Amino acid sequence: MRRLLPFPMLSLLLWLSWLLLNGFSWGHGLLGLVLAVVLPLGTRPFWPNVPHLRNFPKLVRFVLVVHWDIITANVAVARLILRSPRKLRPAFVELPLDLEDDFAITLLTSTISLTPGTVSADVSEDHRTLLIHTLDMEDEAALVAQIKQRYERPLKEIFEC
Amino acid sequence: MDTLVEFLVSAAILVGGVFALIGSIGLARLPDFYLRLHGPTKATTLGVGGTIFASLLFFSWQEQGLRLQELLIVLFLFITAPVSAHMLAKAAMHRQLRHREDTRGRPWKQ
Amino acid sequence: MLEIALPIGFGLIVAALVLNLYRLLRGPTLPDRALALDTMYINAIALIVLYGIANNSKLYFEAGMLIALIGFVSTVAVAKYMTRGDIIE
Repeated sequence: MRRLLPFPMLSLLLWLSWLLLNGFSWGHGLLGLVLAVVLPLGTRPFWPNVPHLRNFPKLVRFVLVVHWDIITANVAVARLILRSPRKLRPAFVELPLDLEDDFAITLLTSTISLTPGTVSADVSEDHRTLLIHTLDMEDEAALVAQIKQRYERPLKEIFEC
Repeated sequence: MDTLVEFLVSAAILVGGVFALIGSIGLARLPDFYLRLHGPTKATTLGVGGTIFASLLFFSWQEQGLRLQELLIVLFLFITAPVSAHMLAKAAMHRQLRHREDTRGRPWKQ
Repeated sequence: MLEIALPIGFGLIVAALVLNLYRLLRGPTLPDRALALDTMYINAIALIVLYGIANNSKLYFEAGMLIALIGFVSTVAVAKYMTRGDIIE
């Protein structure tokens, strides 16, 4: 099973996007299934370390939390943009990473960029530190703690026991 | 029922439009590149998200069935927008673009 | 209700596009212009999706998807060019 489906989640995602693109029917279901098996097998060499999903319910919870944050933070940032730019307190912040898996780090940087108010700008060579630019920062320690608690810890639980 | 759906579709269109506009206002008026970078990520997430939600709702209602094709666009944008923002930020740091004087912390040398 | 909301939605997104155009022309640096184009294609997707609703046609979905794909690739290519001076090393 593991040989045939090295990335079950990727296969599921491919299958669902195929069905969304072409409409739900038996024929496309079958064709999509073939593609969902063949494509991950063909791209296997591009993934040096396979990320292991350990906790699916946590992933669902994480996705919901991120969506909620995107909506609420968007409103907050809209207010920041519309008032005088002089009142903004921009900052570059360095976030020490606890995550080790590359895929989990990618997810964390994407999450940070998607939630408005913060954009991840760079990852250090050794994948230990993340450079973040914030639109309006009150307290550096509080921001780092918030990102760690809200996004990094769930990701750690999802991907690395 | 019809009026409710119509109301929701209209509301989603307006919310999407307003957030797309606010993102672009940020792009136009904020003083330095790193601040402007925050604009597009906003326009993507809620701006396009709002209009696509409206479209999903509208066509599902027209055809009396679930139609989720447009979700693919949102999914794709959610995956790609952070990547392009990240690469543009790296490019800006490489070119050592000036940032506002009162920015705390420093960008990294590339 | 929809016949009022749609023109307003169009107006909002066109205004956003005009602001992007301003940033594109004004610059002042290359990354700024790339960022303006990046925002522009995203707003163009929103515009096309709205147009699809207005015309009650599903054909525009594919156009939106294509713009999303090509826009991302071109932004990454330009950003890569700006950091490395080359796109494919």
